[in-house]
Amino acid sequence: MTDAPDPTPPARRPMTLKRVLGHIISCKDASRLMSQREDGRLSAWQRLVLRLHLSVCAACSRFERQMAFLRTAMQRYRQ
Amino acid sequence: MAAADISRDLEPQRSYLLRVARLQLRDEALAEDVVQETLLAALSGTGFSGKSSLRTWLTGILKHKIVDAIRKKQREPTVASSFADIDSEMDIEDFDALFNERGGWDPKPGEWGASPEDALNQRQFLDVMDLCLEKLPPNTARVFMMREVMELETDEICKELTINANNLWVILYRARMALRLCLEQNWFARND
Repeated sequence: MTDAPDPTPPARRPMTLKRVLGHIISCKDASRLMSQREDGRLSAWQRLVLRLHLSVCAACSRFERQMAFLRTAMQRYRQ
Repeated sequence: MAAADISRDLEPQRSYLLRVARLQLRDEALAEDVVQETLLAALSGTGFSGKSSLRTWLTGILKHKIVDAIRKKQREPTVASSFADIDSEMDIEDFDALFNERGGWDPKPGEWGASPEDALNQRQFLDVMDLCLEKLPPNTARVFMMREVMELETDEICKELTINANNLWVILYRARMALRLCLEQNWFARND
């Protein structure tokens, strides 16, 4: 009895560093951490994973700038 | 600054103070009251040094009056229920619709241009901002204003409203997500 040849593995997207870093936390988690950061200090681990995520995620970086804008806008609202 | 000068300068600030008080108290009569008290305190006091803007100074007074009003309101059993509705505003899952099943943005946050800050000098933008704040669920708006306009610390807000820290961050997250989306849809997407 001979072993059947290995079936061709299904096509997989290459595991690039970017994909790995981007998947430690999801954008949803990142958005929650960014809101939490406005109201208090994150843990060292939270800061690390958020930083790694932001380093590879353009959408969350955009969200981060928009949160900063929102804070400025509320300060202006007060003046 | 002489008292006469202050009373002349106070009138234009009244509508702003009223707007802030209404958003936080959701009670027209009570909002009128705290603004009255704020203006009276401003007229009788000598605390205005001219170092901060008149509005910042008045907002500081208003902050204390609002906190007092909320405290008083919570002692009255008949109105205690007003904040009990907060549970219905605690459902963080609402915003899951903005993400796909893997937690990625769907749709992605839009591009707001190179300098969104320019919008802050436009009257219409501030109107859109007001509308977006008014569209927030009542308690959510209230908590967000306490945090961002009154600049209360999170533990102060928890204490005043008798909610826990986790409830608070959920509410603030919801407020920021909703405002971001509202500003994008009603301002930035239209001004590309």
